[in-house]
Amino acid sequence: MKLTMEEVSHIATLARLRLSEEEKEKYRGQLSGILDYVEKLLAVDTENIEPTSQVTGLTNVVREDKMIESGISEELVACAPKAARGYVVVPKIFANK
Amino acid sequence: MALNKLTLLEAFQGLREKKFTSKDLTDACFAQIKSYDDKVRAFITLNEEEAYAQAAAADEKLAGGDSASPLLGIPMIIKDIFCTKGLKTTSASKILENYIPPFDATAIAKLRAAGAVFLGKVNLDEFAMGGSTENSGFFPTHNPWDLDRVPGGSSGGSAAALSADMGFYALGTDTGGSIREPASFCNVSGLKVSYGRVSRYGVMAMTSSLDTIGPFGKTVEDIALIMKYLAGVDPKDSTTPDIDVDDYSHEITKDIKGLKIGLPKEYFVEGMDERVREIVLAAAKKYESMGAEIIDISLPHTDLAVAAYYIICPSEVSSNMARYDGIKYGLSKREGESLLDIYLDSRAEGFGAEVKRRIMIGTYALSAGYYDAYYKKAMQVRTLVRQDFEKAFEQVDVILTPVAPAPAYKLGEKIGDPLKMYLEDVFTIPASLAGLCGLSIPAGFSEGLPVGIQLLGKRFDEKTVLRAGHQFQLVTDYHKQKPNL
Repeated sequence: MKLTMEEVSHIATLARLRLSEEEKEKYRGQLSGILDYVEKLLAVDTENIEPTSQVTGLTNVVREDKMIESGISEELVACAPKAARGYVVVPKIFANK
Repeated sequence: MALNKLTLLEAFQGLREKKFTSKDLTDACFAQIKSYDDKVRAFITLNEEEAYAQAAAADEKLAGGDSASPLLGIPMIIKDIFCTKGLKTTSASKILENYIPPFDATAIAKLRAAGAVFLGKVNLDEFAMGGSTENSGFFPTHNPWDLDRVPGGSSGGSAAALSADMGFYALGTDTGGSIREPASFCNVSGLKVSYGRVSRYGVMAMTSSLDTIGPFGKTVEDIALIMKYLAGVDPKDSTTPDIDVDDYSHEITKDIKGLKIGLPKEYFVEGMDERVREIVLAAAKKYESMGAEIIDISLPHTDLAVAAYYIICPSEVSSNMARYDGIKYGLSKREGESLLDIYLDSRAEGFGAEVKRRIMIGTYALSAGYYDAYYKKAMQVRTLVRQDFEKAFEQVDVILTPVAPAPAYKLGEKIGDPLKMYLEDVFTIPASLAGLCGLSIPAGFSEGLPVGIQLLGKRFDEKTVLRAGHQFQLVTDYHKQKPNL
């Protein structure tokens, strides 16, 4: 199957990737090729086959609902490109009215 | 013999007998790195200062007769995807070029507690996406056996550095073959553990439902020793069941008489390298002569595994990579006006081509209208692949296969054709989908290039694949062959 340039642009927007026109063209071809290859899955009869999303056999692993101090909260916040007073700083999201 | 050429077990014995010190071992490794890493290019970051401090601390303990762990004072190599407290951890991505984690991955914390010496952090395909280490955001690593060829990947730096005797063992990760393939290409031993056997806390996630971490060793005996320290339940990784950790070093000493080894016909396909086929069949003959029983088996859905993987992996990648947004850590481009600009600009500049490609495939596969056709279908096919193995393991104890269809290829040979690159993983991916353990060990050479064999075992049956691997190494010397640097 051939993806259109519009589809590639749409996927890139969903994925929060800014792609150049050149990249879009390249990925259009490569993605189409990869999707052609995985098409072989569509021919497989999977009726009544349960999906396998994981293989641990574990379900609902829980622990006691108790706060545990990491001891490194300041260091973790300091990893942010911009931080102040123990918080990560981001540009404002809502416009002033 | 130069100290860095010793195995882990030999180094351990020498330390105990006071033939040399941990500092001597550390010196020998850094000397080797300094002599040859300008050619191999395995290391992203050297950790000399801390390594010598760790060696000094180990020597003090050893002098005091402290009989702590056998890993005490032994220098080792870390894939740069494991968070190391205070030491730069890049995942070979420009988006984390200057990231210094304030915490250790569980595997690192365990080795630190055991007294290991951390030599430094080695190269990989960016965020472990690739099979050649050419997708590193910084530089490609070269195969010590032929510097014009790839070391395999994504744990290519780990395999190349160990094969060049720059350390005594190495840590890697394996999602679809990223330990087994480079081990085969570089003539070292490498274990992909069963999904859940080793905690992944603090290791950057790629495909969460498949990611595993494991050791590379110069021998299987060394791997058995390391595994005792890596395996086990961790409350910080909820995929690790509380299942007993076997005494691997003891288990591997048992002989393999009567062991049932399966040879799956689907792994001997048209187009594979003739010499690789010969080497795997010769290994089967060898096992037969050692008292094992070789049984022909079939894994009928093998052919579908790569296609299922290249839906499941990119889908989970597209989700896991969302955390790299230029806000919490890592590269942040702030020239734009809005929050969205920070995301778009940081990710555009920070991610390499393969990472973007997988994010794109995954986003497409998970987007409205396509989920059932791709992701759900792939997970159903995953069930079929898993059931193939379950049936086979009713008949056999271990499955013997090639690791890769051919030996190491030339740098640049496949980089322009992602699909061709993906098909390299055809023999390693099925076991990943089933969550099995798999060991790659040296088994011969094709025109001077190493060729490994793969031994697959049931989930949490590391002891049996390690035993089969160790017993093979007792009667062969392929694993003792070294590259001529």
